[in-house]
Amino acid sequence: MFYPMNHALPPITDKIPSAGTGGISGSAAAETPAIQIAGLRKRYGAVQALNGIDFSIRRGEFFGLLGPNGAGKSTLINIIAGLIRSDAGAISVLGHDTVSDWRRARRCLGIVPQELVFDPFFKVVDMLRIQAGYYGAGREVWPWIDEMLERLDLADKRKVSTRALSGGMKRRVLIAQALVHKPPVVILDEPTAGVDVELRRTLWSFMRDLHAKGTTVVLTTHYLEEAQEMCERIAIVDKGQVKIIATTEQLLARNPYRFLKLRLTDNAPLPESLRALVTSEKAGVIELKLELEKQPIASVFAALRAAGVGIDDVHTREPDLEDIFVELTARAPGVLHA
Amino acid sequence: MPEASQLNERPGQQPDHQPRHSAMTIAAEPKAQDAIGFNTLLKKEVMRFWSVLGQTVTAPVITALLYLLVFAQAMSGRAPIYEGVSYTQFLIPGLVMMTVIQNAFANTSSSLTQSKIMGNLVFLLMAPLGPLEWFGAYVIAALIRALLVAVVMLVVTIPFVHLPLQAPLVLATMFVLSAGSLAVLGLIAGIVASKFDHLAAFTNFFITPLSFLSGVFYSVHALPPLWFKASHLNPFFYMIDGFRYGFFGKADVPVWQSLTWSAAFFVIVSTVCLWMLFTGYKLRR
Repeated sequence: MFYPMNHALPPITDKIPSAGTGGISGSAAAETPAIQIAGLRKRYGAVQALNGIDFSIRRGEFFGLLGPNGAGKSTLINIIAGLIRSDAGAISVLGHDTVSDWRRARRCLGIVPQELVFDPFFKVVDMLRIQAGYYGAGREVWPWIDEMLERLDLADKRKVSTRALSGGMKRRVLIAQALVHKPPVVILDEPTAGVDVELRRTLWSFMRDLHAKGTTVVLTTHYLEEAQEMCERIAIVDKGQVKIIATTEQLLARNPYRFLKLRLTDNAPLPESLRALVTSEKAGVIELKLELEKQPIASVFAALRAAGVGIDDVHTREPDLEDIFVELTARAPGVLHA
Repeated sequence: MPEASQLNERPGQQPDHQPRHSAMTIAAEPKAQDAIGFNTLLKKEVMRFWSVLGQTVTAPVITALLYLLVFAQAMSGRAPIYEGVSYTQFLIPGLVMMTVIQNAFANTSSSLTQSKIMGNLVFLLMAPLGPLEWFGAYVIAALIRALLVAVVMLVVTIPFVHLPLQAPLVLATMFVLSAGSLAVLGLIAGIVASKFDHLAAFTNFFITPLSFLSGVFYSVHALPPLWFKASHLNPFFYMIDGFRYGFFGKADVPVWQSLTWSAAFFVIVSTVCLWMLFTGYKLRR
């Protein structure tokens, strides 16, 4: 964070303040994207990890970055973070180029790394204060550190050495470390991988609050239902390229199908005219895939009625993000990250 | 792919993504923030060795004192190396400097290698800290540890052995140049090493032999001609000889040579290290 060091921070219950615009002011500042990526390329030997990535993330957005393993998500995040150097292209964070204006760019960023890393020499609270110091923040952020410890259920661990924490607790500390300098842009790289339900709830509640106060949040996850629930806009990356970038609703609307599950009376056979629509048949439940425009549900009911087949139970399912993901990447995320 | 700007937002949500909080300007004193970042890294590096003081200060001091006890006893009947300087007196500055050298190297190299292997170096790599801040903080922390080790050794030995202090300025300069050089060398080793084996090899095949063969236990004038000449190629020899001059005003080579060689060594290793830090060699892929 980037308050003058002789200033007290505003009350922590206030809106999360921005790290600022660094000289960009007024409407120009408002239009400056949180993250702007242009022509980004990165090659590792024979592997083209990123092959011309171009997109921007708006200020205050909750943005999802999805893709199968090896798609290039982590490479992209690591380049934004300054851990990896790109072969070509440019990235700016709130208008600050991550290469030529790297100090300001990094001060605007808080990144929760994917790996569970920690410094075994320090207690939780010391680690957080050290992390704040790296970003130029001193005692004025200590109340914020205390608030985060409370929110992330780490209050009773503040004096515990980081090496003595469980995996879930270490993950919480990593999240606090990323937020300790109150960055206006937060990147969460698979923050809920392998964590329990309680931490997920705690994390998402916390992130929703931060987002509501103006923080831009970028999320990568393999849990597509999380992305569907949390993100306003989503980019799907595969083979080093952005396959699509759209609002979550637009993505969901891409799929022109609806799924209809039926349990037929006395397990009667499905009329021949409907057999082509079957996608699965398990324990007496038949799932049909219907084109929204051409195959109304009423036509299925009419066909069943005409064949004299009764219905015991009926259930419809709209396509979810996973269906879209599979369509765009031709790979099932659950299989790929196994 | 649709342009991001053409896409509609989620119904019922804020129609645009303009920040909902008042914009603040970045602090007017970015230099002050840089200074806080530097101080924090320095403090963290000091806290790191301080938290394991038994390993980082007590153990090397005890080892050096054992050397002193054994060698002083074994060589007690020998003629003084310099006029008016007993063997035990001669030995102490060399042992202090040898311990300083080894600990300055160990501090930076082990800290950096450990961070790399544990993965927590990302906290530093992602932070707005520049190469000069890294360099300064790691080297100064190593100097503090080296000074602590030297002071403890001298405090323990002074009640038993009188040590004059003929050239304190030379003593201080030699300490800074020597400990600084080895701290920088430790940083280089830490950057290059990708596992502890690499670091152990650097210590066992470079630091330890050169520090033992640098005239800690003898005057190089007592060596055969070949080894006498070889000793003059060892940068650690000048560090120890110049440091010893600070106490006795006497040394194996003129003090300006020790100062020049040590300063040159410091400049060379610092140049290499700063090049590595500025280019992100083996740190940023």
